[in-house]
Amino acid sequence: MRQLCEGNVAVVKGAILAGCRAYYGYPITPASEIAEAAALYLPQVGGTFVQAESEVASINMVYGAAAAGVRAMTASSGPGLSLMQEGISYLAGAELPCVIVDVVRGGPGLGNIAPEQSDYFATVKGGGHGNYRNFVLAPASVQEMADLTVLAFDLADRYRNPAILLADGFTGQMIEPIDLEGYEISPVEKPWAVKGTPETRNNLLSSIYLETDELEAHVREMEAKYIRAQNVETRFELYQAEDAELLLVGFGIVSRVLRSAVDEARRQGLRVGLFRPISLWPFPSQALAKSAAKAEKVLVVELSNGQMVEDVRLALNGTVPVELYGRVGGNVPSVEEICEQLSGQRTVWA
Amino acid sequence: MAGESDAGVVEAQAGVNGYELIHAKSPVFYDLYDRKSELKFQTHYCPGCGHGIVHKLIAEALHDLGLQDKTIFVSPVGCSVFAYYYLDLGNVQAAHGRAPACATGLKRACPDKMVIAYQGDGDLAAIGTAEIVHAANRGENITCFFINNAIYGMTGGQMAPTTLVGQKSTTSPFGRRPSNEGFPLHVCELLATLQAPAYIERVALSDNKNIMRARRAVRKALELQRDGAGFSLVEILSPCPTIWNLDPVEARRWVAEKMIPEFPLNVFRDRKPEVAVANIPQRAVADVLEIAQTQESRTVGRHFHPFENLSFKIAGFGGQGVLLLGQLLTEMGMREGLDVSWLPSYGPEMRSGSAHCYVCLSKKRIGAPLVSHPDVLVAMNEPSLRKFAPEVPSEGLIFYNRNSLPTDIPQPQAPVVCVPASEIADGLGSAKAANVVMLGALLEATECLASATALSVLEDKVKKINLLEIDRRALEAGRRFIDQHAHDEAVTQPDGFAY
Ligand SMILES: Cc1ncc(C[n+]2csc(CCOP(=O)(O)OP(=O)(O)O)c2C)c(N)n1
Ligand code: SF4
Repeated sequence: MRQLCEGNVAVVKGAILAGCRAYYGYPITPASEIAEAAALYLPQVGGTFVQAESEVASINMVYGAAAAGVRAMTASSGPGLSLMQEGISYLAGAELPCVIVDVVRGGPGLGNIAPEQSDYFATVKGGGHGNYRNFVLAPASVQEMADLTVLAFDLADRYRNPAILLADGFTGQMIEPIDLEGYEISPVEKPWAVKGTPETRNNLLSSIYLETDELEAHVREMEAKYIRAQNVETRFELYQAEDAELLLVGFGIVSRVLRSAVDEARRQGLRVGLFRPISLWPFPSQALAKSAAKAEKVLVVELSNGQMVEDVRLALNGTVPVELYGRVGGNVPSVEEICEQLSGQRTVWA
Repeated sequence: MAGESDAGVVEAQAGVNGYELIHAKSPVFYDLYDRKSELKFQTHYCPGCGHGIVHKLIAEALHDLGLQDKTIFVSPVGCSVFAYYYLDLGNVQAAHGRAPACATGLKRACPDKMVIAYQGDGDLAAIGTAEIVHAANRGENITCFFINNAIYGMTGGQMAPTTLVGQKSTTSPFGRRPSNEGFPLHVCELLATLQAPAYIERVALSDNKNIMRARRAVRKALELQRDGAGFSLVEILSPCPTIWNLDPVEARRWVAEKMIPEFPLNVFRDRKPEVAVANIPQRAVADVLEIAQTQESRTVGRHFHPFENLSFKIAGFGGQGVLLLGQLLTEMGMREGLDVSWLPSYGPEMRSGSAHCYVCLSKKRIGAPLVSHPDVLVAMNEPSLRKFAPEVPSEGLIFYNRNSLPTDIPQPQAPVVCVPASEIADGLGSAKAANVVMLGALLEATECLASATALSVLEDKVKKINLLEIDRRALEAGRRFIDQHAHDEAVTQPDGFAY
C-alpha cells in the first residue's frame, strides 16, 4: 500500500526496514530531515540516534557501530561529506560496511543549498585517501530513496565496504508515494565483528598494514572484490533507448527531467532515448556502450560542470561523440531547456 | 591466577619480593605477539616507555575483574596504535583522535560490554579535542585512558598540546613559547567542568608509589564502567625516554619533577552523575513507519480524471498554507490511484517570505517533478500572480485569491478565476482556511479530483474536530463560490481549460 513520503524521510524508513538501528549525524541543509526522521523513529524501535559534534565524529561513530557488526548509517551534504572522507577511507580500509547519504547541494565551499550533482567525483572516485572504492547509488524518486537505501545496506554488508547514496536536494525534499512492503532483507553473517564476546575476542578491525607487502596484499584483495562488484553489481535503467539516435545520459533528478524530454522529443518525432545509471560505482560501462552502439550521439546532462561525463567517455572510448550539458550553481534544467538542447543537436545527428 | 583477593597481595609485595607476580604476563596479553612481524616475544615500545606499563595495568585489571571476554579495546593513532599486538581483547583501531567517537558507536551497539578508548596526548588533546569533550559531555559509559607524555612519540618528537613551556621539540626547536604556541592543555581540569563525567583522575608513572595509584585508578575506572556509572577518564603522565632523550630512570624523574608540577595529580571527579533516564515507548516498526496505516485504499468512489498529466504551481506568502494545499492535492491524487509528486520551492527562492510548490498528477510515471509551464497556477497573493502568471500557457488556468485582477498587470494569456478565498475564510472565522476555500473552488471549477476525496483526506489529516469543521465549511464555501459566480464577469469562465 502506498503512502506519501518525503525523500529524506524515505531514506530512514528504508534504513529501518533494512535493519539499521544506528544513526549518527550532524545537521546540514538539505539533508537534515534524514537526521530528524532518524531521531524520531529510531528510539521507538530500539535503535540509537546520536547527534554528533561534527561529521568527523559521525562517521567515526558509524565506524565503531559497524565494527560491532550492526547496520549503521549517517547522512550529510557536501561540506559534511568532505569532513567524512578520512573516516570513509578508514571504513574502506578496515572493510567495514556502512551507508552514507549525500544529499548534494551547490559547491564548492559553502556554495548554496540548491541541488547539484557535483559530489560525483568526491564519492565515485573515492574522495578520501588511498586505494578504495565506494558503492555509489543514485536515486531518482522517493521510492528509490528507500529502495536504494535498502540495497546500499545489502551491498555494504556483502562486500564489507561503505556504500553511498548520492541524492540531491530535490530528491531529498520531494514528496511522492512510496510502497514499503515486500522488502526481502537477508541479514549477512559478520563473524569478523568485534562485539565484546568470547567468540569475537580474537578479532581485529584495523586498516594499518605496516609491511609494504602486507599492505599490497590487502589492497589487492580489496581490488579483487571491487572487480567482482564491477562484474555483477551495475544497475541502470533504459527509456526508449533501443532505437535512439540521440542517447541522453543522466542520473538522479536529472534523469526525471530527461525522461520528460524524451517524451516531448518523441512527440516531435525525434528518436531520443535515455540511459540512466543507477549505480554510479560500479559504473554500468558495458551496458552504456551497448545502448550507445547504435546512437549517433550521446548527450550527458549533469548538475555539474562535467564529472560523470568522464566515465561516459571512458565507457564509450571514442566510439560515439559525447557532449555535455551541465548546469551548476543549483540550477536544474527544465524540460524545455533540454528540448532546446535537443533541437540544437538535431542538425548534428539527424 | 590472580583473583580479586590476590590484588591486595600483589600490591603489598610489589616493592619487596613480588617480582615474579608483578612480572608474570597477564592472560589478557597474548603469549606470543603473532600480529607483530618480527621479534614476536618483545614489544615495539622503547625501553622505559610508559605505554607498556599502562597496558599491563589495564590487562591485570581486566583479568582480575573477569572482563577479558567482554572488552573491546579501541587503539589510537600514536605509538600505541599497535596495542592490539599484545592485548588479547576484541580490538578496533581508530583514526587519529577519533577513538571516543568510535568507542561511542561500539558502546551504543554493545551497551553491556566494556569499551576502552586508549589515546595519546596528540590524539586526544589536539586532533581529537572535540571527540573527547563530547563523549565526556554525553556521559558515554566508556573508559578513556589518556597517556600524556608531553610529546608526539610516533611521529618523532613534535610538539604536543601538553608540551611544557620551554620544552624543546622538533616543531618547537626554541622551546615551547606561550606567545606562539599557547600554554599546555589541562585535559582533566577541562573535562571536570562538564556535568556528565563520573570519574576523572590524573596519575603518573613517576615512581612505584604513583604507579600503584595509577593501578587503582585504572581498576576503578573499569569498575565504574562495568557498573554503568558513565564516562570515566584516567590521565596518566607517562615517560617517553626516547624522544625526551633521557634514560628510563631520568625519564621517570622528569615526570616527577617537570610534569607533575604542571599537571597536578588529583581526583577531579568522583561521583555518579544524576541522569534521569527517559524511556521512549517502543512500537512496532510498521506503526512507526506508518506502513499499516496508509490511506490509499480509502479512495472515495471512482473519479473520472479528464487528463493525462496535470501540473500545478501553488504560490503565496509563507503561512498561507500553499505548501499544505499542494500536499492535499498530492495526497488526493495518490488516493485516486494516480502517480503524484510534490516539490517545494527550495533554496534561494524560499528566502523572501514567499513559498511555492509544484504538484504533478499523472496517469503514468511522472518525469520531471519541476514544471516551467504549469497547467494550473494558484496565486494566493499578488506578487505570486505577477511573477508566475506569465508562465501559464493559454490553455491553462489561474486561480487568484482576490475579487479581481490588479488593474495594472497585463491580462495573462490563461483565463483567471478570481476567488476571494482569504475573505471567504475570514467570514468563516479562520483566515488560515483560505487554502481549503481555494481547494474547494479549484475542484469545482476543474473537476480534476473528487471533492469527496478532499473530505476524506482532511478527515485523516486534521486531528482537531473544530478545525476540521472549519475546513469542511471552507471546502464547501469554495465550491459554492464557483457555483454562484459561474456567470459573473469577475470569474472568467474556466471552460476554455484544456486538460
Ligand atoms: C589525520 C592525521 N594526522 C596526522 C597523523 C600523523 N600522526 C600519527 S601519530 C601522531 C601523534 C601521536 O602522538 P600522541 O597522540 O601523543 O601519541 P604517542 O605517539 O606520543 O603515544 C601524528 C601527528 C595521522 N596519522 N593522521
Ligand atoms: S617513542 Fe616514546 S611513547 Fe613511543 S614507544 Fe618510544 S618511549 Fe614510548
